[in-house]
Amino acid sequence: MKKFIALTLSLLLVLTFCAGCGGGGGSSSGGDVIKIGVFEPASGDNGAGGKQETLGIQYANKMQPTVTIGDKEYNVELAIVDNESDNSKAVTAAQNLVSQNVSIVLGSYGSGVSIAAADVFADANVPAIGVTCTNPQVTADCEQYFRICFLDPFQGTVLANYAYENGMRKAYCLSKLGDDYSVGLVNYFVEAFKNLGGEVVEEQFPDKNSDFTSYVANAKKAGCDVFFSPVSTEAAALIIDQAEAQSLGMPILAGDTWDSNVITSAAKGKNVEIVVTTFYQEGGNPDFDEGIKAWFEEDADAMTNNGGNTDLAAVTAMGYDAYFVALEALKAAGSTDPADVLGALPSLEVSGLVCGDVSFNETGDANKTEAFVKKCNTETGAWEFLKKQSAE
Amino acid sequence: MGLIQTWLPYILAGIAVGGQYALIAIGYTMVYGILRLINFAHGDVFMWSGLIMVYLITVLPLWLSIILVIIFAVVLGTTIEKVAYRPLRSAPRMSIMISAIGVSYLLQNFALYITGGLTKTYPAIGWLQKTVRIGSATTKMVTIITPVLTIVLVVLLVMLIKHTKIGMAMRAVSRDFETSSLMGIDINRVITVTFVIGCALAAIGSILYFSNYTGINPMSGAMPGLKAFVAAVFGGIGSVPGAVVGAFVIGICENLIKGAGWTTFSDAFTFVLLIVILMVKPTGLFGEKDIDKV
Amino acid sequence: MEVRLNKKTKSVLSAVCIALFLIFVYFGDIMISPGSSWKMLITVIEKGSIYALVAASMNLLNGFTGLFSLGQAGFMLIGAYTYAIFTIPADSHDKVYQYFDGGLIKWSIVEILEGKMGVLGHYLGMFIPMIGAGLLVAVIAFLIGIPVLRLKSDYLAIATLGFAEILRAFFQWNTLGPVTNGSNVLRKYTTYNNAVFPVLVSGICIAIIVLLINSTYGRAFRSIRDDEIAAEAMGINLFRHKQTSFIISSFFAGISGALLAMFQTTINATPFNTVMTYEILLIVVIGGIGSITGSIIGAFLFTAASEWWLRGLDAGRWLGISASFMRPGFRKVVFAVLIMLIVLFYSRGIMGDREFSWDGFLTWCRNLPANIKAWPEKHKAKSAARKEARAAKAAAKAKAKQAKADSEARKASGEALFTPLPVADHVVVFDKEGK
Repeated sequence: MKKFIALTLSLLLVLTFCAGCGGGGGSSSGGDVIKIGVFEPASGDNGAGGKQETLGIQYANKMQPTVTIGDKEYNVELAIVDNESDNSKAVTAAQNLVSQNVSIVLGSYGSGVSIAAADVFADANVPAIGVTCTNPQVTADCEQYFRICFLDPFQGTVLANYAYENGMRKAYCLSKLGDDYSVGLVNYFVEAFKNLGGEVVEEQFPDKNSDFTSYVANAKKAGCDVFFSPVSTEAAALIIDQAEAQSLGMPILAGDTWDSNVITSAAKGKNVEIVVTTFYQEGGNPDFDEGIKAWFEEDADAMTNNGGNTDLAAVTAMGYDAYFVALEALKAAGSTDPADVLGALPSLEVSGLVCGDVSFNETGDANKTEAFVKKCNTETGAWEFLKKQSAE
Repeated sequence: MGLIQTWLPYILAGIAVGGQYALIAIGYTMVYGILRLINFAHGDVFMWSGLIMVYLITVLPLWLSIILVIIFAVVLGTTIEKVAYRPLRSAPRMSIMISAIGVSYLLQNFALYITGGLTKTYPAIGWLQKTVRIGSATTKMVTIITPVLTIVLVVLLVMLIKHTKIGMAMRAVSRDFETSSLMGIDINRVITVTFVIGCALAAIGSILYFSNYTGINPMSGAMPGLKAFVAAVFGGIGSVPGAVVGAFVIGICENLIKGAGWTTFSDAFTFVLLIVILMVKPTGLFGEKDIDKV
Repeated sequence: MEVRLNKKTKSVLSAVCIALFLIFVYFGDIMISPGSSWKMLITVIEKGSIYALVAASMNLLNGFTGLFSLGQAGFMLIGAYTYAIFTIPADSHDKVYQYFDGGLIKWSIVEILEGKMGVLGHYLGMFIPMIGAGLLVAVIAFLIGIPVLRLKSDYLAIATLGFAEILRAFFQWNTLGPVTNGSNVLRKYTTYNNAVFPVLVSGICIAIIVLLINSTYGRAFRSIRDDEIAAEAMGINLFRHKQTSFIISSFFAGISGALLAMFQTTINATPFNTVMTYEILLIVVIGGIGSITGSIIGAFLFTAASEWWLRGLDAGRWLGISASFMRPGFRKVVFAVLIMLIVLFYSRGIMGDREFSWDGFLTWCRNLPANIKAWPEKHKAKSAARKEARAAKAAAKAKAKQAKADSEARKASGEALFTPLPVADHVVVFDKEGK
């Protein structure tokens, strides 16, 4: 028995070895296929968001599966890897994409993994377009990294302005230990809010925490006017639940990650007030909305990955846009070589996207000056558009 | 009065989570008492019972789901024992612990595959999640139910151990494995029963825990599992009332620490407590002297 | 048929192999274009060699000294942070420590030494913080060891695991932000520029571990593992030797942490959790507890399988098979099942407690054809033996059943009180007293 298992195991390993080498070699020799890498989490803390962002990219790929570069038509193939929302796995995942000879990379949801992978893309000189990673460090020192969303200093200021304009003077800020996104956004919020004359209480919760009772109690104890917690949607659902259970009695404010159906379904029928800033307003582009919803209805896997219903998340729309930005970049480059694509990106201007036009500034960030502010309608479980807010 | 009003929400939360830890800790303490094994997979059995509930409730009525969840946890726990622990019983202790870690790794990864890495929302069990007011604090009904139910179950369990044939056999086995087997006690049966009790309680614990904290992901069993183990050590491993007291102490302290603003260290505290207790009183609060641990 | 080479031939063979491997890695990293799928091989060698070092250090503790410690990830964490903190270039501090006003330490050892000694200074500047990381970890291990090493097996495991968790929280503490950057990643620190660096450093460290294991200390460690009481009776100071092993193991875990920091180019405390320790432990188990060679092979296999070969299982296409059940996460399930199979049916791992030797390797190679030829025979004999054993077991069972039935019958006829009881009946007596 032992011998048998040992033999099977070693056979498996040898086979996989062949698969590892053979598979890679075979696909790179394909003639008119161009690969776009999708660097997104499919598991871990940001799994839900990453999947929704990937859905947008997949839907765009379904709508526009080919691209004409020069005079030649290429089929676009998505190379998807799971970065597991984990900085230590992100490096090898990114390396895996690069070694599949992708022309451009899209992603990731969650800034930490993007920062971790930036050096891999830089070493290989492969351009990457961040879809919803809002931490400034992603693009700051990496010429290969671009992004199509706004940044945290901007978003933090927008949120602080919104809070202050609505008469909130003391904010409870909750971020997650070791999470670049929430810690960064809280930092910019605090800075802006203090400048406006507000007061803050800052706290952090550890990894794998699911007990938010005490954090809600702390916010109440400190007598805050607003509960600011731009954390992952996983934690968000638990926070909303506790807020209801303990009658938090103050609005919950959050950033772009919360614009997700995870939040609306968690908040539905509960006595909570949730306000978020986001990239996209549902209904802004009816064609896109209807098309992607019809796709969710058709494709059971897509529906599951979207969290079991057809409600749209902003990251899905952003993923959709990112794909088209990538196609435009490929067209502008006139080549499938990553280096050429990289050269074409800085001067690229794309219009006709669902979340607004995209052009890049000198650090590679999109020029965006406005964010949408949305409120969750807890009766219908849908987002309601409040206003457009700018940083000034 | 002001002081109590301020701290009441934390204490309530602590008692609730303590009761839930207690139900998991019993499984640890009983298995350790008999097999001298830290059953690392116990926290994952707990997580899986929560996960199964999510899937069952969509097709079955609540009462049936609860029963099936408990049965599932029992079957899973005993299967793990049969497949992964029993063949290694005569092997070095390190091997069986590695096997436990391997099982835990497998259960977590399998859950990751099934859920696709997404956090599942635990179904709302109406009256458990009702909001109630106690003094200055508002909380969920489950917060009040948990300690009561925990104590009832523990009393029943202690009676079972003290006054039944199988309970006596368990005590005998935990005192001396080899001698009791020479005395004709069916060791395998005793171990199976231990796992059955431990897993059933973990399943009940999972219903209470996830009704309170409604998100389940593949890692949600790991931290409660470790904390419950620390509770078992704190109370004196092998002692059921000890584990329960330990769990309540840990639950309450953890929440008070968060309330005091030391949120970064709320998890680390549990381990500090563990190390302190191991240094100062390795037998725990109610532990017996002769257990070989130092 | 045994092969015996003289010592000189063996040394030459080893040196040639090592040199060839290093040259391969060095040129592989330079020559293979990033877009090639073979680039993954280099990445796997880099990460694998780092994991090989930490697995070897864990093996020294778990396999050779018999101390079941689960603190490895925590020690790697300290090593990684120590290295990173002291090598961030001065002008990058403002960017990295953006929320902490550029941090407390505003200089980099690498830059200081490079300014004075050029290229030599650059490498010296990398080695000093790396060794420093190891030493700091060793000091911390010394302090942790004083209370913890008095505990036995599983208590030691859980206590070290606890310490690792405490360290993780500590490094993410906002108050220490000016040094550790709190929750935010450390980046921009100096890293190596060729994959040969981690391979070389790990190789040297593992060589030191092997030398240690073959010294009197190594023998003392093994005697403690095999029998503490006997070892103590032979005059071995238990605590001091355990402490030595713990400190040395931690030192190398610290070095591997520093290497991992270089490999990842950014570092954050979150991934250094219990799962990481478990993975290292599983590498040790796959390779064989008590074999350094095994740990090395295990580390490379583990890394290659999880990061490279099995990735297709997640994407839905693997070995030409495509199936809808292959979706994200499937890779990890397959992986975990493989590990469980090894733990249960092949618990000695790949190498058991043997080490690589040229003699053994060549003998094995020479005997391989004969062994393969003999395998069907051997298999037949084995299965026959198994069948026999099964039959004997069934017979014994039947006999026991018969005996029980007999005694029941005798008891029913009231005879039991007057005849001496067979062993199987003790349960009944026990019951009666209980009531």
